[in-house]
Amino acid sequence: MATESIALTNAREESRPIGTILHDWVTTVDHKRLGILYILYALVFLVIGGIEATIMRIQLIVPHNHFVSPQVFNRMFTMHGTTMIFFVAMPILFGFANYLIPLMIGARDMAFPRLNAWSFWLTAFGGLLLYFSFIGGNGLYGAGNAPDVGWFAYAPLTATAFSVGHSTDFWTLGLLVSGFGSIGTAVNILATIICLRCPGMTLGKMPLLVWLNLVMAVMVLLAVSPLTAAQMMLSLDRFLGAHFFDTQAGGSAVLWMHFFWIFGHPEVYVLVIPAFAFASEIIPVFSRKPIFGYPVMVGATICIGFVGFSVWAHHMFTVGMNSYANTFFTITTMVIAVPTGIKIFNWIATIWGGKIILKTPMLFCIAFLFQFLIAGLTGIMLSAAPFNWQLGNSYFVVAHFHYVIVGGILFTLFGAFYYWFPKMSGRMYNETLGKWHFWLFFIGFHLTFDFMHVPGLLGMPRRIYTYEPGLGWDIWNLICTIGVFFQIAGTAVFVGNLLWSYFKGKVAGNDPWDAWTLEWSTSSPPVEYNFARIPVVKSRRPLWDIKHPEDPDWKYE
Amino acid sequence: MVQRTLFNSHLRDLASWMKWALIIVVGYLLVAQPVFGNFQNPPQTPNIFKPESTPAHSIFHLSLFVLTICAVIFVIVFSLLAYSVIKFRKRANDDGREPAPIYGSNQIELAWTVIPVLIVLVLFLATARVIHGIQQAKKPPEAIEVIAIGHQFWWEFRYPDLGVVTANELHVPVSDPAHPTPTFITLLSADTDHSFWVPRLAGKTDLIPNRENHMWMDPNEPGIYIGQCAQYCGTQHAKMLLRVYVDSPDKFKQWIQEQSKPAEVPAQVNDAAQEGRRVFETTACINCHAVSGTVADGRFGPDLTHLMSRDTIASGAAANTSENLRLWIHNPDAIKPGSLMPAMNLNQRDLDAVTAYLETLR
Amino acid sequence: MSTISSKPAPMEQPWVLPSRGRVGMFSLIAAELAIFTIFVVAYLFYIGKSLTGPLPKDVLELPIFASICLLSSSLTIHAAVSALRKGRVGAFSMWWFATMVLGLIFLGETAREWYHLIFDKGLTISTNLFGTTYYSLVGLHAFHVTVGLICIAIAMVLAVLGKVKQEHGERAEVFSLYWHFVDAVWIVVFTVVYVIGR
Repeated sequence: MATESIALTNAREESRPIGTILHDWVTTVDHKRLGILYILYALVFLVIGGIEATIMRIQLIVPHNHFVSPQVFNRMFTMHGTTMIFFVAMPILFGFANYLIPLMIGARDMAFPRLNAWSFWLTAFGGLLLYFSFIGGNGLYGAGNAPDVGWFAYAPLTATAFSVGHSTDFWTLGLLVSGFGSIGTAVNILATIICLRCPGMTLGKMPLLVWLNLVMAVMVLLAVSPLTAAQMMLSLDRFLGAHFFDTQAGGSAVLWMHFFWIFGHPEVYVLVIPAFAFASEIIPVFSRKPIFGYPVMVGATICIGFVGFSVWAHHMFTVGMNSYANTFFTITTMVIAVPTGIKIFNWIATIWGGKIILKTPMLFCIAFLFQFLIAGLTGIMLSAAPFNWQLGNSYFVVAHFHYVIVGGILFTLFGAFYYWFPKMSGRMYNETLGKWHFWLFFIGFHLTFDFMHVPGLLGMPRRIYTYEPGLGWDIWNLICTIGVFFQIAGTAVFVGNLLWSYFKGKVAGNDPWDAWTLEWSTSSPPVEYNFARIPVVKSRRPLWDIKHPEDPDWKYE
Repeated sequence: MVQRTLFNSHLRDLASWMKWALIIVVGYLLVAQPVFGNFQNPPQTPNIFKPESTPAHSIFHLSLFVLTICAVIFVIVFSLLAYSVIKFRKRANDDGREPAPIYGSNQIELAWTVIPVLIVLVLFLATARVIHGIQQAKKPPEAIEVIAIGHQFWWEFRYPDLGVVTANELHVPVSDPAHPTPTFITLLSADTDHSFWVPRLAGKTDLIPNRENHMWMDPNEPGIYIGQCAQYCGTQHAKMLLRVYVDSPDKFKQWIQEQSKPAEVPAQVNDAAQEGRRVFETTACINCHAVSGTVADGRFGPDLTHLMSRDTIASGAAANTSENLRLWIHNPDAIKPGSLMPAMNLNQRDLDAVTAYLETLR
Repeated sequence: MSTISSKPAPMEQPWVLPSRGRVGMFSLIAAELAIFTIFVVAYLFYIGKSLTGPLPKDVLELPIFASICLLSSSLTIHAAVSALRKGRVGAFSMWWFATMVLGLIFLGETAREWYHLIFDKGLTISTNLFGTTYYSLVGLHAFHVTVGLICIAIAMVLAVLGKVKQEHGERAEVFSLYWHFVDAVWIVVFTVVYVIGR
């Protein structure tokens, strides 16, 4: 049996002048560097978005508080939502996708490396344009201040009559620009996965992360475009006097809602499906078992992708649609719970009978399972239209979607950070600090978002800068705000861990987790060309086959 | 390969885990118990679990059904998760072998597809019934008709058949189930989107410009019910508060009678009030406000004909007292920064006079 | 582990995956389709809802000539690509030029129609809902035609300079997918605006 050995080098950059290093990073088309740029960009905005949230929670800690003015508060919730969705969640998921997909499919780079760079810089510019609104404000005549129309910018509040100045335009144009970047990345991901897989890697043999990012990319193409179209229409209204959403001229405010949510709902699946992807890679490795039901996991995700385009008006149950429309959107929303639940069961079945290693990535993924279960159940409650007539637009909804985005997506993202940090940096993170991060954040998350459901049930609407005392809301708001400080502490530990470990962590080696997908066959960090020789695979776990030649996967799959 | 005996022993362990999970969940719920309408909440709490009107009741019963199903699902899945995480941890004395890889099982996949589909079906049917029950309720001839118009940041209420125009505080009669007198509200908007939400009486329905929405309620217990605007409408969305006064039939009749009268000129009018009326009617006040029976017929702001019959001003932002009234006219931003009432820049004398005049509008 | 053993196994069949240019272009077309769909939906939704002003039946004339030009340009670009595939660069240049001319005529006709609507009929984007939806939908399409024409012009210059060779046939075909898409969208826009909407 003739084998060939490929010598892989652990490349760490020798010291070069800082100017050269910066130039390399700014002009790079390497998917790994662009991935890291996306991730670092998103981390900066995560901190900024977190500050915006902290300001809001401090304002709401007691009724009739005067920490910030109503105008500032309204800007905070608008910017917090917009930032977290468009300049944290999407870039960070694109960043991981960019970094991991070529490595996992045995390719040297993405299909269109220059498009990749263009997309990143466009997204980055969009974020800067949005944030320029803060300083392009008071003092510069007519330039407005940060947008304060809410992250879904309902018409006609966004019309020039009600939003004077340019604050809304910063929202529209910043997102329009970064939207083009998102579409570029989606095109790239699709083309890479379809066209650049290594020999032997049929669609049925790709890692689940790759499959799920494929579904995500298709959804981005079809979901971000309606938002782009709607924002073009809004801009035409505001700049050229068009009447798309001008109710005084016969236009329809509800039309904006339809267009926005046709984007908005698939968007949340765009965010959560890559989170599922991380869980689907981490849970098997830390349970020492292959994922249970790979074909069903793929099928369920495709199902979610399809059905996800038919549920959008469950964000509009209170708008006064007729009973048939309300009934339709209730059933489609309930239906989508089925494939989602199936995925949870499959993850549990993966853990069942395994040998669970409770390291930091796995802790975050287990918490994800628990929290996503709850989030899904509160989603079922919200899917029942009459129940939604009470719960909609209240703090119950805010609690629900933060449960999904923070409890679901952010937790798996933390898991992904810890899991792939050794690959990206060549160093192991500190496990003790990792566990501190986990427990601090877990406690903070639950303090804030478990108890946030209660004010919603007691009648507290969202987007209010203050509230009346004596309505039973005070104690819950206090608890929610306290939780924020635990989350801040956890995040600080996280950032500190990453920084310290980057410089001082133990050398990781290629495969610190004894994992099975192709990225673990490269050096840590991988060389620029990823693979000296393009690999050939025969099963879903190519490294398992190599490590266990007496019992390879391709005999059983 | 899962052997039968091993599976059964897991099942027994699982049952005992589920018992613990149930205990934990129930205990947790008890901590959050105030939600379920307990004495710990102040009486004004707009608690959706204390309905006092048919739409709110229907939603409440549906919600109990949905919550029960969700709770059962949670207990089962949480138990499975907790059990598997705890039971299958890698032990310190591990032999280093990899566990048996199990790639899937069609029967199990089928089982946990079919059961959720059935649950969804049951939930959906229950929900569809309530949707139709609420949205397709027939309006009886004795119904009170109200037109609610949302403004930035106050509520206009018109009773077209009864000739009443008022603001912010809605009066409706209590509805006797034997002879129902529900209130049917047509919802319109003068500017941006708003939402009418009084949790104990009904679910919320939005007020959208260029669109007519409808809702109804039939409160069965007199009292004051608290609510507020539930769709972000601008700077002072937070203080666009709602008060619904459910009156006995006699009280309601009396209220209607008083509200439909034009502003009465009191027999003994002091000089300040008379001067105030003059200032009011010759300044910009009448551009926005109406006082029926006088020359003031502005529609941009609330109707002030019976201002003093209301408990609050500025849509609930402040109690209706002399000091607050004066402050509101002098500097609205002190009570509701960003509201659309401009500071009237009156001198002290005129300010006192106008306040005195407004206090005659009973 | 700093080395990894790999045994490249011989493949039974050659490993062939779709071309990335094609997949990329189809993805882009899918996204563009979604954008156009939203504008078409808005157009259809607002038919008959204008509160004032000129109505479609008063001011719109069927742009038959422009449509024939644009749709024929699909045929000419197809001919150009086939010629290039066969290595006949001269024929390619000729058909490519014809495509460009037909596209320019279409844009010219659109400009003429808009001039007439704005200055003779008083219809602008801010006149009423019809004006809003008409100019935005037709304008979005014309914008896509313009972008396509710029690409065609660049390729024309390269062809004149003798830089276009047979091996560029694949790229030309991928671009022609975009051009066919633009023409297909025009069929939809024509139907919605000039047939249904009138």
